Amino acid sequence: MSTAMHKENEAGSPQVHGHHDTGGHDEQEPHGSFKGYMTGFILSVVLTAIPFWLVMGDVLPSKQATVLIIMALAFVQILVHMIYFLHMNTSSEGGWNMLALIFTAVLVVITLSGSLWVMYHMNENMMPMDAHEMRQAP
Amino acid sequence: MSSLATTLSPEERNSFYLREDHHPENATLLGFWLYLMSDCLLFAVLFAAYGVLGGSYAAGPGPKDLFDLPLVAVNTSMLLLSSITYGFAMLEMARKRQTATLVWLGITGLFGIAFIALELYEFHHLIHEGAGPQRSAFLSAFFTLVGTHGLHVTFGIVWLVVLMAQVHRRGLTVPNMRRLACLSLFWHFLDVVWIGVFTFVYLMGVLR
Amino acid sequence: MTIEPTERSPLMQAIFGRLSWDVIPFHEPILLATFVGAALLGVFVLVQITRAKAWGWLWRDWFCTIDHKKIGVMYMVLGIVMLIRGFADAIMMRLHQALAFGDSMGYLPPHHYDQIFTAHGVIMIFFVAMPFVTGLMNYVVPLQIGARDVAFPFLNNFSFWMTAAGAALVMVSLFVGEFSTTGWLAYPPLSGIAYSPGVGVDYYIWSLQIAGVGTLLSGVNLLATIIKMRAPGMTLMKMPIFTWTALCTNVLIVAAFPVLTGVLGLLSLDRYVGTHFFTNDFGGNAMMYVNLIWIWGHPEVYILILPLFGVFSEVVSTFSGKRLFGYASMVYATVVITILSYLVWLHHFFTMGSGASVNSFFGITTMIISIPTGAKMFNWLFTMYRGRIRFEVPMLWTMGFMFTFVIGGMTGVLLAVPPADFVLHNSLFLIAHFHNVIIGGVIFGVFAGINYWFPKVAGFKLDDFWGRVSFWFWQIGFLFAFMPLYVLGLMGVTRRVSHFEDMSLQPFFVVAAFGAVLIGFGILAFLIQLYVSFKRREALRDDSGDPWGGRTLEWSTSSPPPAYNFAFTPRVHELDSWHDMKARGYERPRDGYVDIHMPSNTSAGIILAGISAVLGFALIWHIWWLAGLSFVALIGTAIGHTFNYDRDFHIHANEVTDIEDTRTRQLSALRS
Repeated sequence: MSTAMHKENEAGSPQVHGHHDTGGHDEQEPHGSFKGYMTGFILSVVLTAIPFWLVMGDVLPSKQATVLIIMALAFVQILVHMIYFLHMNTSSEGGWNMLALIFTAVLVVITLSGSLWVMYHMNENMMPMDAHEMRQAP
Repeated sequence: MSSLATTLSPEERNSFYLREDHHPENATLLGFWLYLMSDCLLFAVLFAAYGVLGGSYAAGPGPKDLFDLPLVAVNTSMLLLSSITYGFAMLEMARKRQTATLVWLGITGLFGIAFIALELYEFHHLIHEGAGPQRSAFLSAFFTLVGTHGLHVTFGIVWLVVLMAQVHRRGLTVPNMRRLACLSLFWHFLDVVWIGVFTFVYLMGVLR
Repeated sequence: MTIEPTERSPLMQAIFGRLSWDVIPFHEPILLATFVGAALLGVFVLVQITRAKAWGWLWRDWFCTIDHKKIGVMYMVLGIVMLIRGFADAIMMRLHQALAFGDSMGYLPPHHYDQIFTAHGVIMIFFVAMPFVTGLMNYVVPLQIGARDVAFPFLNNFSFWMTAAGAALVMVSLFVGEFSTTGWLAYPPLSGIAYSPGVGVDYYIWSLQIAGVGTLLSGVNLLATIIKMRAPGMTLMKMPIFTWTALCTNVLIVAAFPVLTGVLGLLSLDRYVGTHFFTNDFGGNAMMYVNLIWIWGHPEVYILILPLFGVFSEVVSTFSGKRLFGYASMVYATVVITILSYLVWLHHFFTMGSGASVNSFFGITTMIISIPTGAKMFNWLFTMYRGRIRFEVPMLWTMGFMFTFVIGGMTGVLLAVPPADFVLHNSLFLIAHFHNVIIGGVIFGVFAGINYWFPKVAGFKLDDFWGRVSFWFWQIGFLFAFMPLYVLGLMGVTRRVSHFEDMSLQPFFVVAAFGAVLIGFGILAFLIQLYVSFKRREALRDDSGDPWGGRTLEWSTSSPPPAYNFAFTPRVHELDSWHDMKARGYERPRDGYVDIHMPSNTSAGIILAGISAVLGFALIWHIWWLAGLSFVALIGTAIGHTFNYDRDFHIHANEVTDIEDTRTRQLSALRS
C-alpha cells in the first residue's frame, strides 16, 4: 500500500479527476508481452477446441461426464484469459482488482446457484411434473 | 504504510500535512474494472434467467433443433482472434508505434464486426424459422443473453472507432493510452463472458 | 387510461405515440388541484430566480458544478423535495384508510389509491432515502479522507442529474398519464403488458433505470475515491467509521444495482418486445422476477442503513467525547453484514413454496445477520458508557434511533421465522416492521447527519429548539402511526387494501392517521428549523470550523470548506486524526501555498441526463421517432464529450493565499 500511496506523478499534476492530460507515466498497467499473449491464445484455442470436439463428435458415452469436463475446461479457460489477457495478479492496484474480482465471483456463484436452487425447489413443490412435461407445458 | 508510523522521528510524527502538492494515483483503470465487475452481475442475472427458464420450450423447438455448432465455433474463433489482435495493439502501444497500433486496432474491429455479422445471421435464421424470442421462455432467455453480449460487442466496436479517431488526431498521449487500456479490459472481459455463453448455452444446450 | 388505437389516425399515432389530451387527468379533482398548486409554486420559484437574476449563477455554480460538496448539497435538496412529495402520498393513504369503512368508500378511487401506495414506496426508497444517503456520502467522504474531490468529478455531476431525471419522470407521471398501480416492486404478471397495459409501469421502469445509472456510477466513483484518494498515512484501519460504512455501501451498490437493471430490463422486454420471461404462458415464470428483484432488494436495505450506522457512530463518539468503542469490531460487523446481505433474499418470499430446506436456510441466515447489527448496538452503548454526553440535536436523533431501531430489528427477527412469516407475510405487521427500521434507522440517521454536518456546509449551526421540536414530533408520531399497524397485522389485516368492512378495525387506523399528522408536523418543524436558522445565521455562526469538538478530518478545515477542501493534504497518523492533531498541538500552516490543480465545471452531465429523460419519456409513450432521435443524440453527445481533453485548471497560489489568510484572521479573531 505504501508504495502505491507515495508513488509520485512525474509530470506533477494532481489527479483529482478522471481524465486529465498532462500526467506522467505513473500508471503501471501491465501491457503483457508477446509471449504472454501467444501463450494465452494457444491455450485458449486448445481449451475451446476440446469442448467443441467433445460435443460435436459425441466422443464420450456419458453426457454427465461431458458436461463436467466442458464446465471444467470453461473454468480453466476463464483463468487463462484472466491471467494472460486481463493481466490479473494480486499486486495490481494494491490488490483491489483481485479482491473485487473474487468478491464478484462469489456473488455470481451465489446468484446463479441460489436462483437455480430456489426455483428448482419451487417447481418441485408447486408444480410437480417431469422434465419432459415441463418442456411441453404451454 | 504501517512502517510509516513506527519509524517516524518525533518531528515527523508531529507533521500533519504535506508541504508539496499531493498526487493520488489515477483511479480510472480501477474505476473501470469496478464497472466491469458490476457488468459481471448483469450477466449473472441473464445467465440465471437462462438457467431457470432454459428448459421451458413451451412445446416449441429446443437447442438441439436450433443450434448450429459449427457456426458457433467459427463465431468463437472470431472473438478469440480479435482478443489476440487487441493484445498486439496494446504491445505496439507500449512501444509507442502509433501506426502499428492503429492497424491492429482496425483488424480487431474487423473481427468484431465479423462476430456481430455472424450472430445477426444466426438470429435472423432463427426468427425466420419461427424460433424468435417470443416463441418460448427458453428462446426469450437465449436471445436476451446472447443479444446483450452482442450489444456489448457492438458498443465496444463503436468505442474502438472513436478511440482510433482520437489516437489518430492526438497520438498516443497518456489519456489516450489509458482509454485504450480501458477498452482492452472491456474487450477481453467480453471474451470471458463468451466462454460462459458457448459452454453453458450452446454446448450444454445441445447436450440437454 | 388506455387509448384505443383505432380512434387515432396513424399519423397522430406516429407523431405522439400514446400521448393525447385524454391522458391529462382533468377529471380527477385531487390531481387537478395538486397540479394547479404545483404549477403556481413552480412559477413562483421561477419568477423569484429570474427577479434575483440568479439563473447564470445557478447554472454555472450549481448545475454544472463538479465540486463534490455542492453535488452533495443538491442531493440533499432533491431528497427533501421528494420527501415532501412522498409524505403527501403517505398522509393521503392514512387519511383514506381511516375513512374507508363500511358504507364510506373514502375519498380516493381504488385506481388512484393504488397509484399512491406505489408512488409512495418508489419515491421514499429511490428518490428520498437514496439521494439522502448518496448526498451525505458525497459531501463527507472526500473531506474525511483528506481528498480534494472524488475520483471522477464529472461522473459525479452526471450521476446526480441522472437521479434527478428519474425523479422528474416520476413527478411528470402525476400530471401526464398515470403511475404504476402494482406496488413498489412491480411484481409480474400484474406488471406485465396483459394486466397493466397503460403507461404506469413504463413510468416506473424508465424512472428507475435512469436513476439506476446514476446510482451505479456514483457507487463506482465513491469506491474508487475511497480506495485511491485517502490522505497519506490513512490505512484502512485508520479510516473514519463513516468512510468505512460508505465503502461497504458502495460495494453493495456496485454489486446490487446491475441486478435491478437486469431484472427491470427483462420486464421491459416482456412489455415491449413480447418475450416470455415472467408471463403466465409460453413457459414464463413470474416467481423468477420475484427471486431476481430481491437479490437486488435485500442488499438495497443495507445500502440504505449502513451509511447511517456510520453517521450514528460518528455522532455517538463525538458527543460522548470518546473514541468509538470497538472500532475494529464495528468494521468487521459492517463487512460481515455486507457479505451476509447477499444470502438472505428469499426471506422476502418464504411463502413462494420452495419448501422446508430452502426456507430454513434463508431463515437461519436472516437470524445470523442480526448478530453483527446487535454488536453495533452494544458498541454504541459502550461508547456512551462513562462518556461526557452532550445531548445536542444529532445525539437526540441517535438516541431515538437506538430505541426505535431495536424494536424494528426484533420484529424483523420474528418475521425471519418461516412459519411465523406464513401468517404475517404481506400483513400490516410487515409494513410496521420495515417502517420501524427505515424511519427509525434511515430517516432518523439522515436527520442526525443533517444536524451534525450542517454547520460544516453552511458555516452556522441549525436552530436547536426547532430541531428538538422536529425530533419529538417524529418520534411520537412514529409510535402513533405504526404501533397500531403491528396490532392490525397480527389480527391478519393485509397491506394495500383501500376499503374495509370490519368496523372494529377503524379506531386503529384513526390512531395511525393521527400519528401520520404528527410526523407531518415533524417535517414542518424541520422546514421551519431550516428557515429560522437561516434568519438567525449570525447568532448561530460558527467560525471555528469545528463546532462540536469533532474527531475526523472534515472538522479540520473551514466551514464551509474552500473549493479545494485542504490547502495542504493532511498526513494521518492515528484513527480520529483531527483529534490526534488537536491533542498534539497542531499548528495550521500560514504560508508556502502552491497552485492547486482542479477539474473544471461542465454542462455535459446535465445535458446528457436531460436527453436521457426525454428518451425515457419517449419510450414510455411509444413515441418511437423521438426515442430514436434522443438515443442518437445521447450517444453523439457522450462521444463528443470524450473529444474534450481540456478539463482542468489551476487555482493560483495567490488565490489560495487570499482564502487561507482570511481564514487565519477569522481564527485569530476567535482566539482573542
